[in-house]
Amino acid sequence: MKEKNKKRIYLDHAAGAPLDKRVKKAMEPYFMDVFGNPNAIYKEGLEAREALDSARGTVAEVLGAKADEIIFTSGGTESDNLAILGVANEVKQFYGAGGKFASLRTDKTGNSTEVKLSSSSSPSPHIITTKFEHPAVLNACKVLEKSGFAATYLDVGKDGVVNPKDVAKALRANTVLVTIMYANNEIGTVQPIREIAKVIRKFRKAGNGKAISGYPFFHTDACQAPGYLDFNVERLGVDMLTLNGSKIYGPKGSGVLYMKRGIKIIPMMHGGEQEKGLRPGTENVAGIVGFAAALALCEREKERETKRLTALRDYLIKNVLNKISKTSLNGSATERLPNNANITFLDAEGEAIILYLDNEGIACSTGSACNSANLEPSHVITALGKPHEHAHGAVRFTLGRNTTKKDIDFVLKVLPGIVGKLRSFSPTSII
Amino acid sequence: MADVDKWVYSNIVKDHFMHPRGFLVGAPKEGEFDAEGEVGSPACGDIIRIWIKVDKATDRIKDIKWQTWGCATAIASASAFVEMIMKNGDMKIDEALKITPTEIAEYLGGLPSRKFHCSILADKAFKKAAENYRANQ
Repeated sequence: MKEKNKKRIYLDHAAGAPLDKRVKKAMEPYFMDVFGNPNAIYKEGLEAREALDSARGTVAEVLGAKADEIIFTSGGTESDNLAILGVANEVKQFYGAGGKFASLRTDKTGNSTEVKLSSSSSPSPHIITTKFEHPAVLNACKVLEKSGFAATYLDVGKDGVVNPKDVAKALRANTVLVTIMYANNEIGTVQPIREIAKVIRKFRKAGNGKAISGYPFFHTDACQAPGYLDFNVERLGVDMLTLNGSKIYGPKGSGVLYMKRGIKIIPMMHGGEQEKGLRPGTENVAGIVGFAAALALCEREKERETKRLTALRDYLIKNVLNKISKTSLNGSATERLPNNANITFLDAEGEAIILYLDNEGIACSTGSACNSANLEPSHVITALGKPHEHAHGAVRFTLGRNTTKKDIDFVLKVLPGIVGKLRSFSPTSII
Repeated sequence: MADVDKWVYSNIVKDHFMHPRGFLVGAPKEGEFDAEGEVGSPACGDIIRIWIKVDKATDRIKDIKWQTWGCATAIASASAFVEMIMKNGDMKIDEALKITPTEIAEYLGGLPSRKFHCSILADKAFKKAAENYRANQ
């Protein structure tokens, strides 16, 4: 029924961006021409090693990190899990085995690492995160809770921005990890990572009564940040940072975990010495080369794209809210990614809206339960304190490199009719 | 290449969703229907309301209309259910009450399993409408 050659308007870049053709070009030699195992000592291996080292150097430079602080992974989910479970499994040894955690106190100077296995009522190691993290973080934390860790899920307020003071209040002597996303993947709200990092550094320095000196570490899932936000790790003050290739016009199946020197983690997989043994397995050379090229491009075009997309985003939001009644923006209007517009349409359901939009050639996504495998409405929209019907009617438009004003104008042309049609046979509010 | 026309639901679901039939626009007029029934909630994301007009002497459904707030399958199943009742003329209430969610799904050419339980609500809303009708007789 669909016209086969109808132009598609892709507005779901937060879910996945197309590979940039410049990235594809950079990757091309590494499928067939340079195919060696980077760990081999002959010519083919050395060529692959050189590509790997160069990519690592590029990523380190963009992040303001050192090359040995970059771990290549298969994507954001793996990086998040490696950071969270890696730190957790490392600290477990200080707390004793078998899920029975014993308190480990520092001395007054905070330097002791002496293990004192206490008897029954010992506190569990503690993790702080937020209610609206990506499932890769939330579900990793939930797994740890089952194995004896304690976790705090911070509220994010109606604007979808974490208050650093809430982080300060949640920190405990036994807190080993704080993991808070840089920009939310559904509503695009940007978190005050630098301020949170300061809170954590201050707490870490204070030392007194801290379970293990040097902890807690601060991890951020920054998958949505490249191309728009500053993710220099020095300036941000983070200890660990997750990136995903497929969100940055790079290849799917590529990702990075930045991990500051001195942090110890237990790997999730066990094998060879690749990535310092923290992520064993023959390196995905083409993917890694593509990731580095994509990240460098994002950084190079950041200023221009941020300016261009912020204007387009605001144009979209303003016109949708003006043209269509009973609509509202989810999350802060200002503290948000330049490419994200997440809007609730009351009395119309999100999945229905996106399928009607799809039929018009427009691709976007929804926070409705009907679009999820678990049939739960978006935990992000509900974390804003909004009722379920807001989540069911939430539609996310995420703009990208190829999005033009003409595209947005087309959305604005068809959207009022679609919402009007769905509302015309909705019993929730007859209009 | 993948089939560009492939859709997440069957073409029959798509047709009922894109071109729903038998729904009521706006509020019903005074005396237009004899009873109504509603199921679902904002929490679960689907609400459906069904109105019926019944011939008192024969217990046959003279008219049935729906309104739905919900996803594609909720809309399509409401449209399909009403069509199943109306396509061969006026069906008896008892006959209509026998229509099962499985039959609605079959009429629609199948539904994804995770959608089956949550979004076929038309039969339940009709059951309520029929109960309300009987209660008022």
